[in-house]
Amino acid sequence: MSDLLSGLRVAAATMALCVGGYTAVVLGVAQAVSPATANGSLIVRDDGTVIGSRLIAQGFTAPGHLWPRPSAVDYDAAGAGGSNLSPANPELATRAEGLIAAYGGASAARPIPAELVTASGAGLDPHVSLEGALFQAPRIAEARGVDVGQVKVLFDRLAFAPGGPFTEGRIVNVLEANLALDSELSGAAPTQ
Amino acid sequence: MSSTSNRSVFSADLVGPALWQSVVKLDPRQLVRNPVMFTTAAVALLATVLFVRTVLVGGDVLFQAQIVFWLWLTVLFGNFAEALAEGRGKAQAAALRSTKAELRGKRVKGDATQEVPASELRKGDVVLVETGDPIPADGEVIEGVASVNEAAITGESAPVIREAGGDRSAVTAGTRVISDWIKVRVTVEPGTGFLDRMIALVEGASRAKTPNEIALTVLLTGLTLIFLIAVGTLPAFAAYAGGTIAVPVLIALFVALIPTTISALLSAIGIAGMDRLIRFNVLAKSGRAVEAAGDIDTLLLDKTGTITLGDRQATEFLPLSGIRDAELMEASRLSSLGDETPEGRSIIALAGRGEATPEGAEVVGFTAQTRVSGLDIGTRRVRKGAVDAVLKLHAFEPAAVRELRALTERIARAGGTPLAVADGERLLGVIHLKDIVKSGIKERFAELRRMGIRTVMITGDNALTAAAIAAEAGVDDFLAEATPEDKLELIRKEQSGGKLVAMCGDGTNDAPALAQSDVGVAMNTGTQAAREAGNMVDLDNNPTKLIEIVGIGKQLLMTRGALTTFSISNDVAKYFAILPAIFVALYPGLGALNVMGLASPESAILSALIFNALIIPLLVPLALRGVAYRPQSAARQLVRNLVLYGAGGLIAPFLGIKLIDLAVSGLGLA
Amino acid sequence: MDHILLVSLIVGGAALLSFPLGRYMAWAMDPQSPNRWTTLFCKIGGASDEQDWKRYLVTLLVFNAVMFTVTFAILALQQWLPLNPDGKGALDPTLVFNTAASFTTNTNLQHYSGEVSMSYLSQLAGLMWLQFVSAATGIAALAATARGIAGRASLGNFLIDVQRASFLVLLPVAAVVALLMVFGGMPMTLKGAAEATTLEGAAQTIARGPVAAFLAIKQLGTNGGGFFGPNATHPLENPTFWTNALAMVAIVLIPMACVWMFGRILGRMRHASVIFAVMAVFLLVKITGSVAFESGPTPAFAGLPVSEATGNLEGKELRFGATGGPLWAVLTTATSNGSVGAMHDSLNPLTGLMPMIGMWLNATFGGVGVGMINMFLYIVVAVFVAGMMVGRTPEYLGHRIEAKEVRFAILALFAHAILILGGTALFAGTALGQATVQEAGPHGFSEILYEFSSAAANNGSGFEGLGDGTGAWNIATGIVMLLGRYLPIILPLAIVGSLTAKRRAAESAGTLGVEDATFGTMLALTVVIFGALTFLPAAALGPLAEHFSLP
Repeated sequence: MSDLLSGLRVAAATMALCVGGYTAVVLGVAQAVSPATANGSLIVRDDGTVIGSRLIAQGFTAPGHLWPRPSAVDYDAAGAGGSNLSPANPELATRAEGLIAAYGGASAARPIPAELVTASGAGLDPHVSLEGALFQAPRIAEARGVDVGQVKVLFDRLAFAPGGPFTEGRIVNVLEANLALDSELSGAAPTQ
Repeated sequence: MSSTSNRSVFSADLVGPALWQSVVKLDPRQLVRNPVMFTTAAVALLATVLFVRTVLVGGDVLFQAQIVFWLWLTVLFGNFAEALAEGRGKAQAAALRSTKAELRGKRVKGDATQEVPASELRKGDVVLVETGDPIPADGEVIEGVASVNEAAITGESAPVIREAGGDRSAVTAGTRVISDWIKVRVTVEPGTGFLDRMIALVEGASRAKTPNEIALTVLLTGLTLIFLIAVGTLPAFAAYAGGTIAVPVLIALFVALIPTTISALLSAIGIAGMDRLIRFNVLAKSGRAVEAAGDIDTLLLDKTGTITLGDRQATEFLPLSGIRDAELMEASRLSSLGDETPEGRSIIALAGRGEATPEGAEVVGFTAQTRVSGLDIGTRRVRKGAVDAVLKLHAFEPAAVRELRALTERIARAGGTPLAVADGERLLGVIHLKDIVKSGIKERFAELRRMGIRTVMITGDNALTAAAIAAEAGVDDFLAEATPEDKLELIRKEQSGGKLVAMCGDGTNDAPALAQSDVGVAMNTGTQAAREAGNMVDLDNNPTKLIEIVGIGKQLLMTRGALTTFSISNDVAKYFAILPAIFVALYPGLGALNVMGLASPESAILSALIFNALIIPLLVPLALRGVAYRPQSAARQLVRNLVLYGAGGLIAPFLGIKLIDLAVSGLGLA
Repeated sequence: MDHILLVSLIVGGAALLSFPLGRYMAWAMDPQSPNRWTTLFCKIGGASDEQDWKRYLVTLLVFNAVMFTVTFAILALQQWLPLNPDGKGALDPTLVFNTAASFTTNTNLQHYSGEVSMSYLSQLAGLMWLQFVSAATGIAALAATARGIAGRASLGNFLIDVQRASFLVLLPVAAVVALLMVFGGMPMTLKGAAEATTLEGAAQTIARGPVAAFLAIKQLGTNGGGFFGPNATHPLENPTFWTNALAMVAIVLIPMACVWMFGRILGRMRHASVIFAVMAVFLLVKITGSVAFESGPTPAFAGLPVSEATGNLEGKELRFGATGGPLWAVLTTATSNGSVGAMHDSLNPLTGLMPMIGMWLNATFGGVGVGMINMFLYIVVAVFVAGMMVGRTPEYLGHRIEAKEVRFAILALFAHAILILGGTALFAGTALGQATVQEAGPHGFSEILYEFSSAAANNGSGFEGLGDGTGAWNIATGIVMLLGRYLPIILPLAIVGSLTAKRRAAESAGTLGVEDATFGTMLALTVVIFGALTFLPAAALGPLAEHFSLP
């Protein structure tokens, strides 16, 4: 019985400090130091409407936009998830074939980068590889009526190595790339 | 008894009865003592029932028949190992029992004696034993002196003296008085005597499991349960995959995985350990004592007889200044003619001029009162003896006395005993008597040290002498001027530091220390009190054996550990033999796990099962002889055994199963 | 090359940090003499008596019952409680039971998706609170075990220990990690979901929340329960390569430090080094296997024009690099963390085997506190067999290992086997499991096997394709988690109780050394044979069968 009472007292103390105190401190510092990221790295238009989060993928389908990786949850940022398909599952191949067709085909000489036909863990991966972006450059250039070289230069500028020396290859944030495309290379307005 | 020690493990006269016993031991009441083998027998029975059904309703009769056959053989091999170990003991017991069968004794009632069978003698009865009579029961001599032949117990034919009082009063049933007579008070009830205990022990009849055996049995039973789960869940897994696995195959996998090898050999190892001790003429009162011997941290060893030869010997003559060597030597020789002790003999031998007594000389014998011996030739009085005693004979010249004292001091410091020699009023010099440390003993102590065992020398000598001998013998510590109380105190101190202590002793005053020590080895010549207090009795009365006893204890545990490791390591190969065999029907791709390239699933299962059965008799010699044991540190010991039995246990079954598979498939058995 | 660099950074970095942290933890958990913290914690707990193993255990269990009950209540009533800006509704009763059991037992198996089902109050006061105190329970249990083995008369006082672990160990470290995560771009807000209109005009609801605080203790306490459903693959729960790297360090940091704390309380740092080395070898072997197997292509794409330079990418995030996913998978299952940085269901079959091995052994650093305790069980068995091989009654640091100790140790290993294999048999053999697998064949079997392995090892990760939201799954895994948590705490404490009651033996050159490579080898063999071999048939029918049936 005394164990129970003492246990309740310790429970209350831990609840107060480890939940109340701890959350308050981290919340306070976060909102004071870095409110933008602390609130979800949102990209907000001047009129206050939210375009999205730079960390969360959006389902771009217009030919003039850079397309993100496929999402098993259709880019639902309130209910994220992966496909959880085993890597040998034929559904993966079916999905990949559909995507390859949507991308206008691929060949052994011009293979499609793997991330464009694989879903990420949360279905919200905001990046594609630079190769994945360049793979799409001709389509984007054609839709925008600009020189493909310009698109490639833009992607190359935006690409970064996520882990410096600890990762191979560079990646491009899809939403940021599309914002840049829209503002810099709006030769022809992207078809909605 | 030591004559049986070089008998081969599989000699025909032992194998025959052991084979019969293997069948007798199928009695479930016996099997249940060994849970793993009991489980094996139970599933073998189940497999037999299934086999009978298969015969009736049809199926793969040959394959199932072979599984049933090898399952039962596994159980029988386990029984055989145990029976064989017991049989070796029984052969010895039979000899002992014949000694005991016809024992009769003359019970003393008032002034009369009455001849009764030994079985009617009760504790407290007094019997008279005369020349030629066997001693009918264990007891204590209360009157008389006799020489007794103890060959029946010790195998040693030289008679020993047994007398009332003192430390040589205990007698053992079955031994024989060969001269004179003694009256013996019986100290045990019928059936509980030394001989009875020995018979029971060598037969393994009264074998209680030792704590370590119990713990190992728990481990093996636990493993069996774990494998029961691993195998018992397979039908459900197979059902998921849309298939089934035949029950006999599951049984084969289960028996192959559970630690049958070590379980089958477990009691044989224990019996053999006890047996090794008995062959070594040491009788342990319990298996537990044998195990404890392996755990010993501190050995208390009596100096005399253990570390040094029993008698001191003259090694040097040290003349005073102005005295010629030859004069001192001759005087020493002359004065020792009256000294019949080994020390006196050694002086004469060292002087090297024979034992001729000069004409007309009169020998003055050594007595405990005078502590000197000598020779009177006319008026000449040559004397030698303890320094103090000699100095009391005359008022010698002070300078000579001083010089003598200096020499004396030097000898004591070197661990020796000085004797002074005087001719009339002249001091001649000193004889250096030395404790001779047994050859090889220093190396033994070094071995013990490497094994982490500390040796402590117990001696009645003074600290100076003790220190010198301790240094020469290489013991780690010594207890000088030790009384029995000191000994007891030392044992308690070591034990409170978490150490296990072994000692040997023979006297009644050793009894408390023997009882307190973790391993107390009583000398067979010792008193009944000492023999009761110790947990082992050395029939040869050789205290040096303590070192070997430790080795036997260690070897026992090591054999158990090594075979356990071997047995468990075998499972890896067995998995690789059986798993692909039973799963390949569910998922053909799993044939890739058949790394041994076994001929067919049936052959793979049978080969693993056959290997599992055959390894038992193959390891019987190892179980009975014990694994090779060298005195070395625990770390090196572990490396050695881990490589031999761990790595060996991983590799051997891969080879063995493959070979059996070649045979099985070659013979068309599967 | 980048593989080796990253593995060195994470494992090496964590190992380096663990040493001073272990020293600090030994000071915090086991001060030489009562300090002002002890006094303070006595006041809060209202009890400070020195406890033997039975009293310690009872207090521990009572406190854990309080933990379970409080959280059960918060979860069950969340729809009426505050801090629920998105208006989350009532939860299914079996889910409430499963979740309360899951977080009380430090498992964090999640049969729900956080951003879908849980209010902020449930996440913080219910789940995050348990992430602190369940981890603290593990650290306390280890401290008590170590004190017993060190031969102390008393095991300490649980309520004081649990406060030391919460306030002095977990709270400051979590605060540091949480703030670093905030600087790394992780959300920390109590605002509800954001409504966005995408560039192409679609509506997108972006769930967010107090993630940084939650995440720090989730990783440090080997809890692993994600704020969001897909756990640390979610960009808001793991925005960059660097938050990912920090999180991976946080996963193994305290389990590693626990080994050093154990060594310090025992006063046997060389022994602790051997244990650490054995665990590290297992960890590195699994990492090597995992990274190597996962660098292979996605088998389904055979014959398609897909460029797979970076290996199998299904279920993985690009920002973590090619090594991030498989490395995380091993770290999170070597420890009983269970957070995921890639979807385990989509790992190549042999890669997927590595996390399962981690959970079967459950002692390659293992859960906070309890991983070292699990290793102690293997040590008891290893010492017993090795001890005989050196020709003595087996002794561990002067404690004789006899029938009672062996019985409890083997019982704990048996329990682990029966919880995993028995549960898997029950569900794989019947519609309970067969109906819930996402894919038939060996992969579906792996899903079931993984789920029970995860529950029994108190890991909490999953082959998420499994439809584990059913009542049967909730109840079965709930029970498995409870048994899998408390048996491996009760039994080792009972062993310690038995050891301390015996006369302690002195050590010498003749006793089994536990401070050299030989003992390390023996221990590793014991772990493989007693831990892994049992599961070989199941592994054969799951990942191995899947691998060998690949085209």
